[in-house]
Amino acid sequence: MPHYALLALIVLAGTGGELCVSRAMKEAGEPFHLHPSAILKTIFAALRTPWMWLGIGMMATAFFALLGALSVYNVSFVVPVTALSYVFGALGSTLFLREQVTRGRWLGILMVAFGVTLVFLGKS
Amino acid sequence: MKRSKDGVSRKPLILFLIAIMMFAGPLGNVLLGKGMKQVGSLWVWPPPKLIATGIKIFGTGSIWLGIASLMIFIVAYMLALSLADYSYVQPVSSFAYGVVALLGHVMLGEYVSWLRCAGITVISMGVFIVSRTKPQTTEHF
Repeated sequence: MPHYALLALIVLAGTGGELCVSRAMKEAGEPFHLHPSAILKTIFAALRTPWMWLGIGMMATAFFALLGALSVYNVSFVVPVTALSYVFGALGSTLFLREQVTRGRWLGILMVAFGVTLVFLGKS
Repeated sequence: MKRSKDGVSRKPLILFLIAIMMFAGPLGNVLLGKGMKQVGSLWVWPPPKLIATGIKIFGTGSIWLGIASLMIFIVAYMLALSLADYSYVQPVSSFAYGVVALLGHVMLGEYVSWLRCAGITVISMGVFIVSRTKPQTTEHF
């Protein structure tokens, strides 16, 4: 049972990290043109926000939780379960980034959740 | 689909990059799985044991091969995004779950039950639907 905490950490820390990086990039603003110097300027602007460092820390945590989970479970079990990040990503983007999630996207997300449930039930 | 300045279609290159993505991403995860199985029990406490565990993990060849494979995936993904639309490239990720199960079975001898296969198929369909929805830009910050 405690090993399920690793799966939860992969999904929650991974999704949280992506949301934080997304927020940092939105705060930094988009580059005016796709010249390498403009892109670098945007990246450095994002690195000056605390959200970016929080996001990097959370994504690193998710990576080490993935390594921990892979030491216990089969890869054909762990990787499909990480698809739950689509569910938490949609919830997080709605609540945290105030994005609109369309009905079609919710349908896909529900299918992902149902598929992960089947993978859990098929865990021999 | 973009064309190069001389009017030549870039579709073969994009398909090549997508093929790399479909193989390198799942292969990276399978190699990480193989490496972590080789490492064995993980100790995170007390701190000296945590350091020893870290040294053991990053002293395993499969872990570095897995990380290299995932980096190849990221580079191929970024190059594909620079040549084709996000909505064209992203649905490919839905097939990765199936490829992981296949590679896990072939390379690591993992048993993949029918119920797990069904779950992976439903997840792939769900991810495909999510990735085909129109991306929206929201400006709140």
